[in-house]
Amino acid sequence: MLRDKYATEIDALLARFPQRKSAVLHLMHLAQSEYGYLSEEAMREVADIVGVDATHVLSLAGFYSLFYEEPVGRYVLEVCNDLACALRGADEFVDMASRKLDIPVEGTTNDGLFTLKTVMCLGGCDRAPMLQCNLKFYENLDESKFEALIAELRAKAAADPEPSVVERIIGYVAQVS
Amino acid sequence: MAHVLLRHRDIEDLHKLDVYRRNGGYDGLKKALGMTRAEVIDVVKASNLRGRGGAGFPTGLKWSFIPKNAPETYVLINTDESETGTFKDRELIERNPHQVIEGALIAAYAVNSRLVFNYIRGEYMDAAWAFEEALRECREAGIVGRGIMGSDVDIEFYTHFGAGAYICGEETALIESLAGNLGQPWSKPPFPAVEGLYRKPTVVNNTETLANVPGILVNGPDWFKSTGTEDSPGNKIVCISGHVTTPGNYEVPLGTTYRELLAMAGGMKDGKAFKAILPSGGSGPIITEDALDAACSYDGLTPFRSVMGSASVIVMDETTDMVWAALKMIHFFRHESCGKCTPCREGTFWMEKVLHRIYDGHGTEADIKLLESVANNMTGKCLCALGEFATSPVLSSIRHFLPEYKAKVSTAAQQAARESVPVAMVGR
Ligand SMILES: Cc1cc2nc3c(=O)[nH]c(=O)nc-3n(C[C@H](O)[C@H](O)[C@H](O)COP(=O)(O)O)c2cc1C
Ligand code: SF4
Ligand code: FES
Repeated sequence: MLRDKYATEIDALLARFPQRKSAVLHLMHLAQSEYGYLSEEAMREVADIVGVDATHVLSLAGFYSLFYEEPVGRYVLEVCNDLACALRGADEFVDMASRKLDIPVEGTTNDGLFTLKTVMCLGGCDRAPMLQCNLKFYENLDESKFEALIAELRAKAAADPEPSVVERIIGYVAQVS
Repeated sequence: MAHVLLRHRDIEDLHKLDVYRRNGGYDGLKKALGMTRAEVIDVVKASNLRGRGGAGFPTGLKWSFIPKNAPETYVLINTDESETGTFKDRELIERNPHQVIEGALIAAYAVNSRLVFNYIRGEYMDAAWAFEEALRECREAGIVGRGIMGSDVDIEFYTHFGAGAYICGEETALIESLAGNLGQPWSKPPFPAVEGLYRKPTVVNNTETLANVPGILVNGPDWFKSTGTEDSPGNKIVCISGHVTTPGNYEVPLGTTYRELLAMAGGMKDGKAFKAILPSGGSGPIITEDALDAACSYDGLTPFRSVMGSASVIVMDETTDMVWAALKMIHFFRHESCGKCTPCREGTFWMEKVLHRIYDGHGTEADIKLLESVANNMTGKCLCALGEFATSPVLSSIRHFLPEYKAKVSTAAQQAARESVPVAMVGR
């Protein structure tokens, strides 16, 4: 349970805001990085902590594109193929990534490691093609850099059973005591 | 030219507090704390600094709308930055975070606010570490928190994350999102300065706007007005992307021409010929060759029926299919429409559908008219500016590049002939 595991951090987070409901997105980020996606249970947990209706958290999950309501791969590769990147080869890059991983866009590899998605502008247009993977940017990519990234992530997954970006997220929450 | 905003390009390690302070950092805040709140607002007013988030509203005037004796007020930094082709605020929070923090603290002092939030888009979580680290240094040094810089002023300051929604850059949607609600805009009035976060008076300023403030306090309004144009004083970060040799952020005096901007970015990539620019990311009308000598300023593109916006200059060369480009943009707006009002929700849906049909070669001439009529029907009927933004790449690409649309559609006669075949066969 988030409440028990991150009690101090969650208390510090809630104390930041004049109204605790404001902490909801932060807690959803935390829940998603802890569980890999926002299951109904995870959303109910968040709702309980914040003190809102679970349906409210559900509607937020549908509204914001960074939240996944279905299980996804351990690494979610989100390639920007919005206009500025597409002018510099992003659509071709997506096709290449899809071929290399042997999955369509929105698909997940059989080993559960990678999900491929396309997204709108990420603010890295001057370094296209680029992608975001678990809230980290990889920029100025090409086919060989993409292969190297995939290899690196596979190796990381093999070496380290602990997934996710929870360390970073909890880092933000914990900054202020 | 020495940078005023992208100063980290001239000064190594400027993101560190000691380096920032050695280079005049927090002198602006110190000076502000020695003035009355009204005096600070007057200085910013006199500089005629205008908002860098797109709308260009005078910053000092905005601050002056905050009721003087309000017991609780807030300052929100808008680092939602999700417009296609925009990546300037990211560089600021990553590389020159203290200048943003200092500007926001001056704003908070001016409007008597004890709490500042930086609303950063969730996708920038990695980049935002630098900002968070700078905040940590400030807390340690007594620049943020209780009794800042030895004064009796308390200002707390937090980073807040969005979760992927362009609309949350719109100030009222941002406020809703920060309050934990769906990030949907409300119809103004009430303006945030009267009723904002938690229904308290709230200042929302763009990241880059605030980064201008420390210099204005230290050097005075006349210094600020010595660059740029009369209506658009100061420098601006321009994000140049697309078919140029060296895309990136360029800090220039407002009033620099689009032709000069192209040259700064190394000219057209691979020596191709220039075709068009989206000067305000996806949200402003396309401009073509004839506008290249226009000024990049708040009103420089008015004669060309376009706008500078946040100065996200997406450059396209002769190989670009303009129907494809318009389709990319309308796809963005359809995806990002928050769905609150029908004309925007339905209009973006239909525009994407019809554009798709045209792009795929299944459209007719009537579809071009249909696109225009859907767009015109949205104009003036949407709750926030997104609805208006969505129509501009479509209408302006038709205006400038009608032959490209025509080449993709079949005429009514061709369409009729095509459709008549199966009918005839059935008849037999
Ligand atoms: C759809 C939409 C998206 C916007 N996105 C941003 C944004 O990402 N960043 C920003 O500073 N302003 C954005 N704005 C403008 C804000 O509503 C607001 O005008 C601005 O933050 C005010 O700050 P300024 O006066 O310092 O420019 C957006 C407006 C609209 C209609
Ligand atoms: S115009 Fe579009 S984005 Fe703006 S409030 Fe209406 S539906 Fe939402
Ligand atoms: S268009 Fe891809 S990062 Fe901006």
